[in-house]
Amino acid sequence: MSNMQNLYLLVPMAPLVGAIAAGLFGNMLGRTWTHRITILMVAVSFLASLRIFQDVLDGHTFNGTVYQWMTSGDTRFEVGFLIDRLSVMMMLVVTFVSLMVHIYTIGYMRDDPGYQRFFSYISLFTFSMLMLVMANNFMQLFFGWEAVGLVSYLLIGFWYTRETAIYANLKAFLVNRVGDFGFLLGIGLVLMVFGTLDYAAVFATAQNHAHDMAPIPGVSWNLMTAICILLFIGAMGKSAQFPLHVWLPDSMEGPTPISALIHAATMVTAGIFMVARMSPLFELSDTALSFVMIIGAITALFMGFLGIIQNDIKRVVAYSTLSQLGYMTVALGASAYSVAVFHLMTHAFFKALLFLAAGSVIIAMHHDQDIRNMGGLKKYMPITWITSLIGSLALIGTPFLSGFYSKDSIIEAVGLSHLPGSGFAYFAVVAGVFVTAFYSFRMYFLVFHGEERFGKAHHAAHDAHDDAHAQHDEHHGLAPGQKPHETPWVVWLPLVLLAIPSVLIGYVTIDPVLFGGFFRDAIYVAEHHQAMAELKGKFHGAAAMALHGLATLPFWLALGGVATAWFFYMKRPDIPAAIKQRFSLVYAILERKYGFDEFNDWFFAGGARDASRFLWQFSDVKLIDGLMVNGSARLVGMFSGVLRRLQSGYIYHYAFAMLIGVFVLLTIRTWFE
Amino acid sequence: MIFGLPVLSVVIWLPIIFGILVLATGNDRNAPLARIIALVGALLGFLVAIPLYTGFDKMTSAMQFVEMRDWITRYNIHYHLGVDGISMLFILLNSFFTPLVVIAGWKVIEKRVAQYMAAFLIMSGLVNGVFASLDAVLFYVFWEAMLIPMFIIIGVWGGPNRVYAAVKFFLYTLLGSLLMLVALLYLYFQSGGSFEILDYHQMAIPMAAQILVFIAFFAAFSVKVPMFPVHTWLPDAHVEAPTGGSVVLAAIMLKVGAYGFIRFSLPITPDASHKLAGVMIALSLIAVVYIGLVALAQSDMKKLVAYSSISHMGFVTLGFFIFNAYGMEGALLQMISHGFVSGALFLCIGVLYDRMHSRQISDYGGVANTMPVFAAFFMLFAMANSGLPGTSGFVGEFMVILGAVKVNFWYAFLAAATLVFGAAYTLWMYKRVIFGAVANHHVAKLTDITLREKFVFVILALTVLGMGLYPLPFSEIMHASVNDLLVHVARSKL
Repeated sequence: MSNMQNLYLLVPMAPLVGAIAAGLFGNMLGRTWTHRITILMVAVSFLASLRIFQDVLDGHTFNGTVYQWMTSGDTRFEVGFLIDRLSVMMMLVVTFVSLMVHIYTIGYMRDDPGYQRFFSYISLFTFSMLMLVMANNFMQLFFGWEAVGLVSYLLIGFWYTRETAIYANLKAFLVNRVGDFGFLLGIGLVLMVFGTLDYAAVFATAQNHAHDMAPIPGVSWNLMTAICILLFIGAMGKSAQFPLHVWLPDSMEGPTPISALIHAATMVTAGIFMVARMSPLFELSDTALSFVMIIGAITALFMGFLGIIQNDIKRVVAYSTLSQLGYMTVALGASAYSVAVFHLMTHAFFKALLFLAAGSVIIAMHHDQDIRNMGGLKKYMPITWITSLIGSLALIGTPFLSGFYSKDSIIEAVGLSHLPGSGFAYFAVVAGVFVTAFYSFRMYFLVFHGEERFGKAHHAAHDAHDDAHAQHDEHHGLAPGQKPHETPWVVWLPLVLLAIPSVLIGYVTIDPVLFGGFFRDAIYVAEHHQAMAELKGKFHGAAAMALHGLATLPFWLALGGVATAWFFYMKRPDIPAAIKQRFSLVYAILERKYGFDEFNDWFFAGGARDASRFLWQFSDVKLIDGLMVNGSARLVGMFSGVLRRLQSGYIYHYAFAMLIGVFVLLTIRTWFE
Repeated sequence: MIFGLPVLSVVIWLPIIFGILVLATGNDRNAPLARIIALVGALLGFLVAIPLYTGFDKMTSAMQFVEMRDWITRYNIHYHLGVDGISMLFILLNSFFTPLVVIAGWKVIEKRVAQYMAAFLIMSGLVNGVFASLDAVLFYVFWEAMLIPMFIIIGVWGGPNRVYAAVKFFLYTLLGSLLMLVALLYLYFQSGGSFEILDYHQMAIPMAAQILVFIAFFAAFSVKVPMFPVHTWLPDAHVEAPTGGSVVLAAIMLKVGAYGFIRFSLPITPDASHKLAGVMIALSLIAVVYIGLVALAQSDMKKLVAYSSISHMGFVTLGFFIFNAYGMEGALLQMISHGFVSGALFLCIGVLYDRMHSRQISDYGGVANTMPVFAAFFMLFAMANSGLPGTSGFVGEFMVILGAVKVNFWYAFLAAATLVFGAAYTLWMYKRVIFGAVANHHVAKLTDITLREKFVFVILALTVLGMGLYPLPFSEIMHASVNDLLVHVARSKL
């Protein structure tokens, strides 16, 4: 057994060793050894996770302390691992995608002067993310939570000379901190009520507090509702849920490998994982679940709309990620935690694939990211083309592919939910299918099919975003007459390796994961939340589900989306322009992303700056320092100035004063007698 | 015992003797010698403090390493020294920083080297004296004496406006401490002629008197911490002080004020502390939120870190006055961590200032291009200042926030705002200074940190990370003393 415990420790420690080696000794090791060591370490971590997976399937779980962090009063704060089916699944996803991204990075960052630094960061990220998912208590969860935020900050700002990148990374960190603000208060309430931060202890006694009121003066909330909503605010930050979603699109300023690893496959799903882990708490509050479902539904639908009008290849995928995260959140709200985690897994594969494929296209296009300058790439990049097609088909939910199983289950589960808001959520996730198919295939057609628009001397349409890129990359876009090439094997191999699970994983695993009780007691569902149980009754095998799927509304919506995209962008490219003109108001709203960025810049950033300047200049400098401190100094000065004048040095002045004094004193004395 | 001498006396007087030795080297012709003697003295000062930790019995809350000698028998004044699990940590912190300050000032200070080094050594000894004193008069003497070296450091080696800043610093703190003297005299007569601080802990005092004594102590300690609204001397003092002065001011001096609250205010006047806790908590939360916002507006890096210090010290006073173990231990850990982090940040600014002779954020930009190693260290300390888990900055804030939730959710709510504000002002400054394209030809000519500077940063980085990842050694040593303190605070003395 202690062998297994060493293995548990090995999983996060191996990437940490890689990160330290690459970060501190990267220059000494050189490029080749840096990537060899870090890749080896992540591979070790992946293999160890596989072995643990096997062990967990045999029925072994583990919940224990690694070391005691500190103690205070009678509370022990510890760093420890909880190895059950939920965490081991996350460990596999994280280490596998991380391994793919590590390999891919060799090709993508080949010419970058920060090569070793980059490897150090992504290994450090892998370590942090593993600590997050393996945690057995809230404190360590928060540790990992903030640590992945740190690495995300470092990686978004990886190209730190770009003004847009360092704006985006600060924004990402601060928006996440707003989420963490709620998260930390939630943890505080947990500690106060339960007296411990250990998952097992908290979950075991959660039922006893189901009807308590929250100890928040002036507010009469149910305790569990308060805790769950506060915790979920943390998830809204990390998993980019409306209205804290604003940082994720901007995070695309970071290099593409990390967009795949951090901002699609793993870190942004930490919020989903967290809520699933907290299912024994969330199940006790229908209000919180409703809240979760509505937030998720808004994100799923409205972020999808924004994907339609993006022209930057990475931003299309980013909005798609936002929308898919919304899907997962909706599933959580419907108490279909296992479905959410299932979608998390399938999404990790096909979205990492789509991002890495986008990166492959970007390499081939010499760092031009505007899909309007692409077209017809399928001829030049067959592997990228096929894998992208697979990824897109999986994303839109084509029957038999992985995305179909997870997404269809979400839609079904939401349809079976009876919580307030489930009607809206159902509408949002169904309508979202059309939107997803439309923006995915709009991008697909514009990039891989149609007229070859690249290689024209200076492209007509450059928005501000592209200009920022132009500053950084000396070779921006293909020169006239230049043709794109398929990327080297280190780039396409991960695409192929990710394409395989994107196709198969849903078909193979849906039965055990969703209906075979795979998660056992890692996920708890209250008895009155029926969705999963009813879903199980409807399920008659993966193949039957796919065949049945052909006859349902979502399939036809997806097909409609693809067909519309084909018609608009292949057949009649004049239509989108006409629509844009006709509905210019709608277009402007989408163009400005519903105005969130402007509002936040004006209200929060600008407001804080103005308030701080006012408080400093007026209150601190004028009032406290000017009036009170220096004012009292001046007062003393004035007073002593007057006193000084009295001391004239002339005897007759003093004699006169004395005479007056004696006279006054005598008068007072006679007065009182 | 060290060579047959009592540890605490050695810890106090050894740096002072070395300071006098350094002074004896005279003018700047002998500057190299002065530096070496100062370094030896500072290192020895740290070495002799280590037995305090290794020989410490963490199971008891009683004073340890006690020394008791007659001093002025006529007034029953003793040379009484001793440490508990709280004061011992601060003596270590102080002794730890003295060598770093000497090394940091090694090349930078070129004029009056001997006097500069001597001032720091003597101050180090005096501050140790403050933490180790168990006699009120002895405490008061050390307390006032330590002002003098700092006054000189700011006034002589400071910036252009140094005289204003030094006088402001001196008057502000002196005014407060005079009221403390009045309170101590009251306690002396009330106790029937004792200057023993520990006697005061046991002594019954009527409510009205407690409140007055509390206010008198408050005047002395709140200025030192500093708490809102008596904080305005700190930004000025920091801006004008040389790097070493800022480091000691932030890392050590502010802690002395906070220490006063737990050695005097809380145990001597527990009922008044409870009665006035609301005010104290309000002032602390104003410090966290309001000062956090004010920090955002700063264009001078040192001022920004100075305001950030005030904001972080708000957590300390908040932790004290919520009267539970989380809060108290969190506050103490926050004090230690703030010492490391703010000291490191002032050293970072010093590194930039030595090269560019400017503290204005707008004069920088893109420093990462020319000083990548420095940028990495600065990043770590900036993150620690933002309270990132895994760094020491997280531990105290986390504990205080947890403690505050227990008392009143809204206290915690306001305190947790630092998660956003602290990150905003620190990382916004970092962004403008370090990130971006090279801003001007001065930045283009910058050279990365030297081996000497790297050495200082490595030590601080290891401490910050070590305390963040494993704070247990710090917290377990204070448990007994904190529990004892909480018992004292909970017991009415009316």
